[in-house]
Amino acid sequence: MDTTVNQSVPTLLEETEAPPLTPRQLVWLRFRRHTMAVFGAITLILLVLYSVGGAFIFPEAYSNYTDTKLRLQAPTAEHPFGTDTVGRDILARTIYGGQISLLIGLFAVVVETIVGVVIGAIAGYYGGWIDSLLMRFTEAMFNIPQLFLLLVMAKFFGNKIPTLVLFGRTFSGSVIVITVIIGVTSWMYLARIVRANFLSFKEREFVLAAHTIGTSNMSIIFDHIMPNSIAPIVVSATLGVANAIISEAYISFLGLGVQPPTATWGNMLDKAYNYLESAPWLWIFPGTLILLTVLSINFIGDGLRDALDPRTLTE
Amino acid sequence: MTKYIIRRLLQAIPLLFIISVVLFVLMRNTGDPLATMGGRRATRPEDRARLARQLGLDQPIYVQYVYWLIGNDWTKIDMNGDGIAETQGTRQGVLRGDFGFSLLSRGKPALDIIMDRLPNTLLLMIPAEIIVILVSLAVGVYSALRQYSLWDHIVTAGSFIGYSMPIFFVALLSMYIFSVNFKRWGLPYLPTVGMFDPQVGKTTGQIVLHMVLPIFAMTVITSAGYSRFVRSQMLEVISEDYIRTAHAKGLPYRMVITGHALKNAALPLVTIVGLDVPLLLGGAVVTETIFAWPGMGRLFIDHLSRSDTPVVMGILMIISVAVVLSQLFTDIIYGWLDPRIRYD
Repeated sequence: MDTTVNQSVPTLLEETEAPPLTPRQLVWLRFRRHTMAVFGAITLILLVLYSVGGAFIFPEAYSNYTDTKLRLQAPTAEHPFGTDTVGRDILARTIYGGQISLLIGLFAVVVETIVGVVIGAIAGYYGGWIDSLLMRFTEAMFNIPQLFLLLVMAKFFGNKIPTLVLFGRTFSGSVIVITVIIGVTSWMYLARIVRANFLSFKEREFVLAAHTIGTSNMSIIFDHIMPNSIAPIVVSATLGVANAIISEAYISFLGLGVQPPTATWGNMLDKAYNYLESAPWLWIFPGTLILLTVLSINFIGDGLRDALDPRTLTE
Repeated sequence: MTKYIIRRLLQAIPLLFIISVVLFVLMRNTGDPLATMGGRRATRPEDRARLARQLGLDQPIYVQYVYWLIGNDWTKIDMNGDGIAETQGTRQGVLRGDFGFSLLSRGKPALDIIMDRLPNTLLLMIPAEIIVILVSLAVGVYSALRQYSLWDHIVTAGSFIGYSMPIFFVALLSMYIFSVNFKRWGLPYLPTVGMFDPQVGKTTGQIVLHMVLPIFAMTVITSAGYSRFVRSQMLEVISEDYIRTAHAKGLPYRMVITGHALKNAALPLVTIVGLDVPLLLGGAVVTETIFAWPGMGRLFIDHLSRSDTPVVMGILMIISVAVVLSQLFTDIIYGWLDPRIRYD
């Protein structure tokens, strides 16, 4: 008991002298203490470097270069990850596939967050029939297993968007399709969280005060209530990236996702199970990369959840 | 309680209605079912028109939906293309249990095709779910009671990895290890694909042997997440006052853990299991595809890729009903297990 008192005296003094930490600094401090989260963040940065930096070593044409004489070659010095069924270099494809997989994960979450936040905020803020209508719809979407919905939508929108050329690179239109459909099939959970948050905050005094001085509804929603729900949104969005990457892998694995030649970690695995015995490098490398990415994002999400938890904010 | 159940069932009706409309609209535009009907030969335009008329595909989408939902035996439809409705409709509609005829395997009712496959899916899912619950309870409780021990750290790390694994990666890895490599090393190995070895025949032993790997793949992922959940629940419960009271009044340790702590910690698992039914069904699609298991999930993929709307819609509606019902059951069971909860 005595020791704790002795120890706390200097920290108390320090705290009175040093300016108090801003909430952001507090969050960062607590995040840093979460070993696994830091480990996850480092791994994720390495993975991003791998898929972005690798592009400077191998040109994209190389990743799509087919050489049927080199079909299903085991890893060698020239092709460290081996070659696939049409003789493309798997290392180069995991680099370019990583870019697409990570981009899909990121942008699907942008879509998910926009839809989820808007629906949740409107339902929670306005209440009444708008709320029950939106929540019925949310519930209906919740009740269809996401993978089934994704597959039906992938089929629905498939091949309807032409190939895109961006930054001198061609993207299969299916990249956009997959990104959007993952976003619009995964917002329901977020919408419920945001709605619950809005329901509790809209009765608070600061909202009442904002009303009395004539603040518009839009401003109350986005400037007054939203900042209070940012923590669960951030956590949910982070974990959403992991889910989106897995979802992309699932639909691409089932052959309805991003169409070749554009590589993703998911579609590199498509039909790989036919070569389970003869060419394990076909699925081991992209599979491991998906696992590492999802794992590190889940660690980060876990760390963020702890770091942003308001119950520990005053610690 | 009866009132509550009736109210929930009534609420499910608009829900299923919305689901069916959304899915029907999506499904009707997923592709051209007629393109694949003529086999290898391209379908002639006049045949196309005739087929579309016979299958009712020339009708506007809301008419198609109404016919799908309540059938068309109350009205006359135009079969020969002269613009006059002369033939009595024969379809009874989903509400009367008629899911229509499969477009792929013509002449077979969609419901029959689905019901052929449904038992196979349940054969995988039910044992998988039981194993998941048992494993996650055992692992979760054990690591909660030994918090921060080496075992606890291993389990936590392992469950994080398992939780982050795409199901196909587990499936491929387990096939590679237990089948390919075991065979290579001369050990007894497990079969990878199908439901039975055609040379041996469909015996119980064969089916069980072929069930091992798919069930393993499904359980690894789900029990990883659940055991983390059980662990945190258990940690919360064992710090409660009534546990200390139970200890203080001299109850044996085992009794406190199983009788008091476990019962309360396992309760929320009921909700999680109930809510995760959609997720499990999604996992079944992937698992069945990889292991070539003749279940509903693979049926879905096969028929979706060829736009066989009656079968696909049938599967989706059966699944949606299953999900809605499972949520209702979850609530009822939870209320029955936890007397603090009262529905009225």
